[in-house]
Amino acid sequence: MKNIRFIILGILFGIILSKAEVISWYRIYEMFKFQSFHMYGIIGSAVILGVILFSFFKKGVIKNYLGEKIIIEPKKKGFYRAIIGGTIFGLGWGLIGACPGPMFILLGRGVLSISIVIFGGLLGVLFYHAIKHKLPH
Amino acid sequence: MDFILEPWPWYVGGPLITLIMFFLYYFGKKFGISSNLESICAMGGAGKLHEFFAFDWKKNSWNLMFIVGTVIGGFIAFKFMTPDQAIALNPQTVSDLADIGFQNAGAQYLPEELFGLEALLSIKGGVILVIAGILVGFGARYAGGCTSGHAITGLSNLELPSLIAVIGFFIGGLIMTWLILPLLF
Repeated sequence: MKNIRFIILGILFGIILSKAEVISWYRIYEMFKFQSFHMYGIIGSAVILGVILFSFFKKGVIKNYLGEKIIIEPKKKGFYRAIIGGTIFGLGWGLIGACPGPMFILLGRGVLSISIVIFGGLLGVLFYHAIKHKLPH
Repeated sequence: MDFILEPWPWYVGGPLITLIMFFLYYFGKKFGISSNLESICAMGGAGKLHEFFAFDWKKNSWNLMFIVGTVIGGFIAFKFMTPDQAIALNPQTVSDLADIGFQNAGAQYLPEELFGLEALLSIKGGVILVIAGILVGFGARYAGGCTSGHAITGLSNLELPSLIAVIGFFIGGLIMTWLILPLLF
């Protein structure tokens, strides 16, 4: 059971996001109202440390568990996909205050309603792939 | 031990997220949650509906295990680590929310107006939940990532597409919070 390590990382991630209140709708609302530093501090500190971490990956200072260089796959290019897709995502994030990670964490809290949101998320993914050839990317 | 039970400040939460990202890369994987939605569709047989979903979802089973873990983590945090479920919001946020129809904001972890049983069983509440999910799922895969893939990983890798996507996240979130939410409630 090699994947057990990912279950453990997931458990830790679920606890961290719960305890830091990232999965509370109120915190996301407060963020979009610019009324608290909390979410900006979380994302900002994660990214600043991430930039430092990734520079160690790129220089080969930190290698993976097999001793190989860690390669970070670049994101797909395209202005329209990023700005339009991002805006659509933001509308949903602002409405329900949960992005895909928090949705599953909230499910673990026993929030029944979030199963409807996850169902919607799956529909959205199906819908995107059904019409993607018609969308600008 | 008290610290564990209190809400964790941003300077604890943020660095710990980076630590999780480090371990995922260290174990030869990546940090991106929304692609799991595609794996779940593939697992559910969506390959019959669209060729895209005919991929072998088992190669992503590590990431599916990760989200199974997050469900367990959410349960543990809720049951054993959060004696006080209140969120210490900015008083201005509480009063703004009262103005648009959200009572006692922050008294509980989530607003009843969106997540409560009454909302779930109403047509309006149910439609909001489904539409929000569709927007998040559609938008994440269109943009090529969500908060984990773009805002954390992509920005850490200094990627321009991720910066544009995060600007989009904010355009959408601001429109929803300032313009649409007040009309909905």
